[in-house]
This record gives sequence, structure tokens and C-alpha cells, in this order.
Amino acid sequence: MSRGETEHTDFSATPMTEASHSRQKIARAFLGIATALLLLPLFAIIGLLVTHGMSAITAEFLLEAPTAGMTAGGIYPAIIGTLWLIGVSLAVAAPIGIMAGIYLNEYAPENWVTRMINLAIVNLAGVPSIVHALFGVGAFVLFLGLGTSILSASLTLAVMTLPVIIASTKEALASVPVAFRHASWTLGASRWQTIWHIVLPNSVSGILTGVILQVSRAAGETAPIMFTGAAFYLPFLPQSVQDQCMALSMHLFTVSTQVPNVPEAFPYATALVLLTLVVTFNFFSIGLRTYLRARRKW
Amino acid sequence: MANQASIETRDVRLWYGEFQALKGIDLDVSRGRITGLIGPSGCGKTTLLRCFNRINERYDYVRTEGSLIIDGHNIYAPDVDLIELRKRVGMVFQRPNPLPISIRDNVLYGYRLHTPKAERSRGAEDEALESALKSVQLWDILKDRLGDRATRLQLEQQQKLCIARLLPLKPSIILMDEPCSALDPDATAKVEELIRQIAGEFTILIVTHNMAQARRVSDECVFMLIGEIVEHGRTEDLFIAPKDQRTADYIEGRFG
Repeated sequence: MSRGETEHTDFSATPMTEASHSRQKIARAFLGIATALLLLPLFAIIGLLVTHGMSAITAEFLLEAPTAGMTAGGIYPAIIGTLWLIGVSLAVAAPIGIMAGIYLNEYAPENWVTRMINLAIVNLAGVPSIVHALFGVGAFVLFLGLGTSILSASLTLAVMTLPVIIASTKEALASVPVAFRHASWTLGASRWQTIWHIVLPNSVSGILTGVILQVSRAAGETAPIMFTGAAFYLPFLPQSVQDQCMALSMHLFTVSTQVPNVPEAFPYATALVLLTLVVTFNFFSIGLRTYLRARRKW
Repeated sequence: MANQASIETRDVRLWYGEFQALKGIDLDVSRGRITGLIGPSGCGKTTLLRCFNRINERYDYVRTEGSLIIDGHNIYAPDVDLIELRKRVGMVFQRPNPLPISIRDNVLYGYRLHTPKAERSRGAEDEALESALKSVQLWDILKDRLGDRATRLQLEQQQKLCIARLLPLKPSIILMDEPCSALDPDATAKVEELIRQIAGEFTILIVTHNMAQARRVSDECVFMLIGEIVEHGRTEDLFIAPKDQRTADYIEGRFG
């Protein structure tokens, strides 16, 4: 059978199909390159920190306080301070955020008030951290009279992380199929019984993942704690939430920009410790998610 | 009591926001029989079904008026507790929706919700479980793997399980919303057979799109059209000699 210019009877490629294929290849290549570029900064950062900072990481660096105007000694008080801050802010933000998320997803009626609340949450999530810092000074340090303390700084961090915890809780709850709720309600379960027995067990992995990701974000923030509770230098460890504390992010800022004659490796080593802490949290979160996911099947 | 209707509705009207989905429904549902609700999509049959356990109300924009009496009580009266209502009026859905817990926990889910802790015992639970699963012919198949996830069963077994989990609550009415539409013909036949077997003990209302199924399964049939009941009668009468032309047109497949 002859193949004319306009007649095409078999299934071989035409110039037009060829063009589709080549466009698809180009698109795929660009998308792949973008993904590869994403990994580049991550490895570059880790590489930089390890090569410049690893030499300073010693037992002394990890377990002793800074000495000689921060040009010697270690970062132990800053590590402990950061743990205090994320611990207290988590203790405040996680229960409130999870409960608010449950209310908004499971109870709140579909009306303009709910829409306003959801809008407020989205906007709160977009507020820059320095603005949270100023709010923290006004609200917690001055108005509530909590002073510059771990409590004020943690509350500021909690306000900052709350919107995302609420949003991720809502998302996790919404991923539980509505059919399960129907089944439970029509068997005479109350809303709360349904949430407790059915919805929460099937969304806990998502909820916890959201919370832990916010913990690691709180660990890295500097602005919100700078004016509310973190100190440049403290010769002692905090004894209660009313004390100030040092913090890794704050310490990194200090040794990088505020103090002369700091050994070159110190800022990198501090950053490496902070990054390790954050990555550890994230891996823990991923592990937990995988574990809880494996238990759930529908 | 035996002759009294299980459900009596008088002038039931329902709105979704501005849209009126039910336009004055008067219906007596016979006790202990299977009543089929048929009609084209959007005729209000599922909406009506969902009035009987008040599950429509989870939406704020739904408004219901009229009287709806189950076993002598108006279920829209202010003193009616939804939990008590749903204990007595069970529901089976279009897509089998076993809960993502074990087979055992599924069957006992409602039972545990409604039995005070002090009265619960392993023995009573085992008994309720065995009796419910035997009623739906799943006991012999599942008795050795009661701890398995119910969501991993075959669809037919899932749907039977969804019926079984209602039984320990001793409901007086079971509502079924196209219970076989997700099943293959073989599974459909088996679930229909089960429905016929448990009838008598319960009043069963079944919504279906499938004319042949309505004919096979139901004792009485209600044909609905745009929010109204057109015809209600014994299934064989309605299918063989419909009184209303619209019923005749629908069951003969001229529309819908």
C-alpha cells in the first residue's frame, strides 16, 4: 500500500507525533534538572559545615560552656537552652494546636466564622518571625510580665508554630475517609467517640509528623527568641522556665557577627550541631510516620 | 403491635438550602417486611432514607419538617436522642464501609458503645460476635481470623460484615442505601439472599436503582419522582399492574 502525503494508514509516527515525543522529552529533562538542583544546596551546606566545622567538634566543645569571651570552650549551655525552648514551646503548642485542629475539622460548622478562622490561621502562618518576636516582647515579656525568660521565648515560638500545627492536624484528619465516620455515627457513636476510636488512630502519624516538623523549625529560629528569652552568654544553665537561656541559633548569630577573634571553625561547628539536631528530629518524624503508616490499612 | 406500621411519615418536607428535595411524603412502612424505594436519580429516595436515622442533619443547611414516627415516637421531637435513634435504626451503605479495625472489633463496635463497662464481659462479647456472624453466614469462614483487618476482606464479606455489626444492637429497622451497587452479580445474589433471610426480624428499607433487584428482594415497593411518592404497593402489583402511568413508564425503562 502506498503512503501518500495526506494518507496515513498504519500506526507509525508522523512528524506531529514525533514533535509530541520530543516536547515531552524536553519537559521531562527540565523537571528532572529542577529536582536535581534542589538537592545541590542541601549537600553543599552539609559539605561546607562538615569540612569547616568538624575539626572543632570535640567532647569539650559539646559538653562545656564557652570561655575567654566565647573564643574558647564549648556550646553546652546553648544545646541545653535549645532543648528547653523546644520542649516548653512544644508542650504549649502541640496540645492547643491539635485540639484546635480537631475542632476545626470535626466540629466547626461550615459558615463564615469558620472561614474567617481558617483564613486567620493561613495568614498567621505567613507572619515573618521578626514580627512574632516583637509580638512576644509586647505580649509576654511586658504585658503579661513574664520578663525575658524561657517561658516568654517558648510562648513566642508556640504562637509562631501553632498555625502550621493546626493546618497539618486538619490535613491529617481530613485524610481519614468520611465513610468511616458515617459507619461510626450510624452505629450510634457520638462525634467524640468517633474521633477517639476511629479518626485519631488513623491520623496520628500525620498529626505527629506535623508537630515534629514544627519542633525542628522552632529549634532553628533566632528572631523570636532574641528579645524574649535567649541570652548572648550565661555562665550557668537555666533552672526553671523563668530563667533566660542560651540557644544554638542565637549563639551561632553571636559568634558569627558579634564577637571578635572567634576561631574560624566555631560558627561552622555550632551550625553543624544545630543541623544535626534538626535532621535527627526530622528522621525521627519520618521513622514514626513509616511505623504508624504500616499499621494502618484500608 | 404486629400490624402497626413500623414507620409512619406525614407530610415530610426537606430542603437542602433553597432546594426542596422532599415535597410532602406520606408513607406507612410495614413492620417486619422489606420495602424497596425506587425512582430515578435525584427523586429523593436516598434523602428520604436518611431522614429515618437523621443522618441528613450533619449538614447545617438541611431543614426537615413534618412528622416522622418510628415505633410510635416522632423522631424529630426535641427529646429524641440521636444516639438512641441510631441504635434502633441501623444503616448499610452503598460502598461497604467496615471500620479499619479487626473483624471482631467491627462487629462489637456498636455493642461496646451501648453496653456499660460493668456489664461487658468477654463471654457476652464472644456470644454476640458469634451470633451476629452466624446470622450473616460469615462465622464458618472467618472464625479463625477474627483478628484480621476487616478492610482486607472481599467486598461481599465486607458488606455482610456491615450488616452483622448492626445485629448486636437489636435494631428494629435497617436502612440500606443501594447495598449491592459496589458488588459483582454473584456477590449481589448472596447479599440479596441474606437480606431475605434476616427480614421478618427487622423492618428493612432498601433504596435501589436496580429494578430487577427491587422485584427480587422487596415485599412492597415505593416509586418516587422529584420529591414525591407516586405509587406504593405490593411489589408484584406495582410491577405487574402499576396504577400510575409514570410508574409504568419508569419500570418499563422509558425514562430514568
